[in-house]
Amino acid sequence: MRWVSVWRRNMLVWRKLAAAAMLSNLADPLIMLFGLGYGLGALLPSVQGMSYIAFFAAGQLCTATMFTASFESMFSSFARMHGQKTWDAILYAPLIIDDIVAGEIVWAASKAWLTGSTILGVAVVFGLASSPWVLLALPAAFLVGLAFAGVGLIMCVLARGWDFFSYYMTLVMTPMMMISGVFFPADQLPSPLVAVAKAMPLYHGVQIVRPLIAGGPPPELWLHVAVLLAYAAAGYAAAIYFARRRFSS
Amino acid sequence: MSALSARALRKSYGALEVVSGVDLDVALGECFGLLGPNGAGKTTTLKLCLGLIEPDGGAIALLGEPVPRRAREARARVGVVPQFDNLDPDFTVEENLMVYGRYFGIDPGEISARIPALLDFAGLAGRGNAKIMTLSGGMKRRLTLARALVNDPQLVFMDEPTTGLDPQARHLIWERLRRLTQEGKTLVLTTHFMEEAERLCHRLAIMDRGRIIVEGSPRALIAEHIEPQVLEVHGPGYETWMQRAKTLAPRVERVGDTVYCYGDEIEPLLKTLSGELSYLHRPASLEDVFLKLTGRDLRD
Repeated sequence: MRWVSVWRRNMLVWRKLAAAAMLSNLADPLIMLFGLGYGLGALLPSVQGMSYIAFFAAGQLCTATMFTASFESMFSSFARMHGQKTWDAILYAPLIIDDIVAGEIVWAASKAWLTGSTILGVAVVFGLASSPWVLLALPAAFLVGLAFAGVGLIMCVLARGWDFFSYYMTLVMTPMMMISGVFFPADQLPSPLVAVAKAMPLYHGVQIVRPLIAGGPPPELWLHVAVLLAYAAAGYAAAIYFARRRFSS
Repeated sequence: MSALSARALRKSYGALEVVSGVDLDVALGECFGLLGPNGAGKTTTLKLCLGLIEPDGGAIALLGEPVPRRAREARARVGVVPQFDNLDPDFTVEENLMVYGRYFGIDPGEISARIPALLDFAGLAGRGNAKIMTLSGGMKRRLTLARALVNDPQLVFMDEPTTGLDPQARHLIWERLRRLTQEGKTLVLTTHFMEEAERLCHRLAIMDRGRIIVEGSPRALIAEHIEPQVLEVHGPGYETWMQRAKTLAPRVERVGDTVYCYGDEIEPLLKTLSGELSYLHRPASLEDVFLKLTGRDLRD
C-alpha cells in the first residue's frame, strides 16, 4: 500500500487548486451537454426511448471521465515525471517505480471519477435520471477512469516529449469518441466501425451508463465490466513494464 | 558492519561499460568522497548502491542489506541529495518535508515534530510557508539536504552537493555536512571540487572511466602521488626558461602556455625567474593529484 503516499501527494496538490481544476474538468463537458443536448434535442423526438439530452448525458459522462483520466495520466503525470523530476525524488524513498505507477493511475482514475460523478449529479438535478439504478454509474465511472488512466500512463512513460500525446489524442481518442455511441447510437454505424468501437473501452462505459440513466440494469453488464477491467489491468501491467524500462536506463 | 560495501560492480549501457569493476568500502561514521571527471561513472555507482538500477555484475551491501534485493529496506535508512534539485514545486518548504516523510511511511505527527529542527538545520527557520520558486539556489540545496534527513538516516548520499553555489552558500553546506559527521552519520559524496573533498572527506577514491584508480585519505594521496611544492610559470620567454627548469626540478610539465614544476625544493627555480615571467608558487593540492592521475583532457 506504499502507492497511497503517491496518490495522497497528488490529492494534496489538487486540493490547493481544486476550484480551478474542477472548473476546467467540468465546464467544457457541461456546456457541451446542455448546448448539444437541448439544441440538438429540440430537433430529435427521442433516441432509444430517451430524451436526446438524457441519451447524450450518458455519453458525455463517460467522455468527460475519459478526458480527465487521460489528461491527468498523460500531461500531469508527465510533468511530474519529466519536468519536475518528482518521481526521481520519490524513488530515493523506500518506494519503487511500480508504486508510483499504481499511485498515478489510481489518482487519475479518482480525479476522473470526480468529473463523472459531478456530471451525474448535474444530470440527476436536471431530472435526466431519477431511478436508484443510476447510483451504479458511480463505480462505473471509476472503472472507466481506471481503464483510461492505465492507457494514459503507458503514453506518459513512453513519451519523449509533450508532442507525443497529440498522436494518441488525435488518432485514438477523438475517433473513439465519434464511434462509441456518445452522440448517437453506435449500431447505426457501418459494421466494421461497430466492431472497432466494441474493442474500445469508451463504448463499454457508455453501454453501462446509458441504461442506468434510463433507469434499468444494463444488458450484458459483466461483458462491459470485463472489457473495462481488462483495459485497466493491461494498462497497469504495460505501464509498469515501460516505466521500469525507462527508469532502469 | 561497514556502511557500504561494493564488490566488482559492473554496469553497461549498450556497448559502453560505465562502471567496470568497482570495489568500495565505506565505514560507519566516515565521510567518503567519490571523485572523478565528468562521465567517470560516479553517479551510476551511486545509483547502483541505492538499488535504483540493477548491476550487470558484482555485489552491494548497503547498511548490511543486500542491494538491489533488499534496496527498499536499505533506502528506509538512507538519505539522498541528488545532483539536481528535485524539490516538489507544488508545495511549500514545510509541505515538501511533510510529503517526503510520508513516502517513508513515517507517522505525520512525528514528521511535524521533526520539521522545526530540520528547518533550523537548513537555515530556513521561519520560511516554512515559502514557495519553492521563491528560494535561492543555496536555500533549495539546504532544503534538499533537510529533506534527505527527514527519515533520520544513518547514511546520506550526496551527488555534487555544492555545484552551482556561491562561496557563502558552499561554506554553509560544508559546515552542515561536518555537523552531520559529528553526529555520527555516514556521508558518501561525489564532487569535482577538490577543495571540498580535501576539507570534508576522511577518505576518498578517484574514479576514471568506470574504475577506481586510487583510494586513501586526502593527505596520504597528496603525499604519495605528488611532490609537495608546485610552481606555475607563464609569460614571454617561458619556453627557454622551461629548458633550464627541467635541469632543476624533478618533474616539469607544459600545458598550453603554462609550465608546471613539481618538486620538494622550489627555491632554486624561483631564483632563475626573470622579470618578464609571471609565476605562482603554492603547495601541492588534491587537484594536482587528480589532474596527474586522470589527465588534463576535457571530458565533456
